[in-house]
Amino acid sequence: MRNKKVSASGRLCLVKMIWRKFAVKKGKRCRKPYLGWGITVCILIMVLSMCLGNIQFSPLELPGILRGDGGNVKRSILLYARVPRTLASLFAGAGLAVSGAVLQNVLANRLASPGIIGVNAGAGLGVTLCCGLGVLSGFWISVSAFAGSLLSILLIFLFSCRFHASRTTVILSGVALNSILNAICESLTVLDTDLAMLSIDFRVGGFSAVSFTRLLPAAGLIGFGMLILFTLCNELDVLALGDETAQGVGLQVGRYRMLFLLLAALLAGAAVSFAGLLGFVGLIVPHFVRRFTGNESGKLLPMCAVSGAGFVTLCDMVSKLLFAPYELPVGILMSVIGGPVFLFLLVRHKGGHGQMYNE
Amino acid sequence: MQEKLGNKIMVETVNVTAGYRKGEILHGVDFCAEKGEITTLIGANGSGKSTLLRVILGFLPFWGGDVRIDNISLKAMSREALARKIAYLPQGKNVPDISAERMVLHGRFPYLRYPRKYGAEDYRIAETAMMQTGIAEFAHRQMAELSGGMRQKVYIAMALAQQAEVIVMDEPTTYLDIGQQLKFAQLMRQLSAEGKTIIMVLHDILLAMKLSDRIAALQDGRILKYGTPDDIIRSGIVERLYGVAVKSLCTEAGVQYFYDICKEV
Repeated sequence: MRNKKVSASGRLCLVKMIWRKFAVKKGKRCRKPYLGWGITVCILIMVLSMCLGNIQFSPLELPGILRGDGGNVKRSILLYARVPRTLASLFAGAGLAVSGAVLQNVLANRLASPGIIGVNAGAGLGVTLCCGLGVLSGFWISVSAFAGSLLSILLIFLFSCRFHASRTTVILSGVALNSILNAICESLTVLDTDLAMLSIDFRVGGFSAVSFTRLLPAAGLIGFGMLILFTLCNELDVLALGDETAQGVGLQVGRYRMLFLLLAALLAGAAVSFAGLLGFVGLIVPHFVRRFTGNESGKLLPMCAVSGAGFVTLCDMVSKLLFAPYELPVGILMSVIGGPVFLFLLVRHKGGHGQMYNE
Repeated sequence: MQEKLGNKIMVETVNVTAGYRKGEILHGVDFCAEKGEITTLIGANGSGKSTLLRVILGFLPFWGGDVRIDNISLKAMSREALARKIAYLPQGKNVPDISAERMVLHGRFPYLRYPRKYGAEDYRIAETAMMQTGIAEFAHRQMAELSGGMRQKVYIAMALAQQAEVIVMDEPTTYLDIGQQLKFAQLMRQLSAEGKTIIMVLHDILLAMKLSDRIAALQDGRILKYGTPDDIIRSGIVERLYGVAVKSLCTEAGVQYFYDICKEV
């Protein structure tokens, strides 16, 4: 028994060594293989999320069930409920977390998140209007959410282009637009109380109603956006150095800031379109990831994608299992975790004016 | 200084007018900086020194006249081409949240094409630049952990990694203590000896006199006087600008400059 244990730990050491070597290869400095661990944990959560639920599968059964070995019911549950739901939470988490990280770097404010540039409020208004028009299919709700968030982003774009707004002004105009859109939304729901009932699912956020038709276009957008962002890491880092330094090394600051805002909006808008208003993912995940990877986008963004995906999928799984057979909407669970974290961030960074961001 | 006169002109502005939305700041400025020289802009607050720097750097579009860098008009250059000619040291108030090495490495940015990834050559150039300014041992430290003087050296190393012939600085000594200021002055001398053209704004007139090859005195958006430090002192321009006279004294250790405060009292 003892011998077996030793050899097992020895094998683990070997794996670790190979892993380290793999991770160190690129940079000169020894760095810890966070991304490798992140991916492993993420895959574990993904498999667990597909296995656990009212009917439980064992991980080894999964390929068999997909082939139809366990009967049609099991196959349908896996294929039309578990898989889309897991994929949806993975994509939503990755998209929102990367979007948050990009926004925090571009706007040089640690407390920036997709919500702050009007994504959530715009999407909320879009969905409320959509329900108000009597269109209740999931697909159209997704489309209207996406359209709403893009429209509100465009408004902020036009505003900041027109007035050559600084980073602070972009944030402030986002906050202002948020409150305007929310006010419109609230007044609509006050006038027509049915609307409140219809759009509440969306406002809370969750993955229980996700289908492939809603997921696939948005997932494609998220994948596309992230791929582009991963090739623009150096631009993002240089932009974060401050406007004048960035211009000094030849970056077209205005153009790239707009590009990054647009890409961040695209990611967040696409995620929100099928996931609903998931509050704090875009804020918490980048912040915690920074502690491990530092601020270089080349390491930060991929790690944000992986941990955002893992975190949201985990939260979704917990919310599914916690009060089974009833489901707690994942948005609520995340807000319960996110609220205190946000307060903690506020205290730590004194309202976003840490020593590195005294612009 | 005399033998340098026939030098190549690196930066030249011809009758440049520029300003912000509120109004014109520069009213027809003719200015030039020669290769391998340190040219300093002096003048009271609001006289247009920083505006002139911003025009030369291409941050601020000019309204009239022309700006030529190494005999190419600024308007004919892309932002990246300009960054390969001119490096900029911002005032040291902004502290980016990255390591010193990464910061210096970003100086290589204008040489890259999409997708911009730093290669072995870029790492080598950045390392050389860090050795040159003496910050190689701090390469892996975060910028926020370094002292003001160190941070400035990182920025200078970044400018060196940029391999631009002209380095522009806006009040580089503001956040430095006196010892650091003198070390900075030495480094500047060394760089100009290596053929870098340096243009800076300095508030410390005595340091400007000691350090510069040429001084341009600005007042109300016009160049009042352009010449060697001795010319500037003899013309009494400093007194007109600031109301304080600067005198020079020849000593064994070379020319020394001092404020003639007695006259003021």
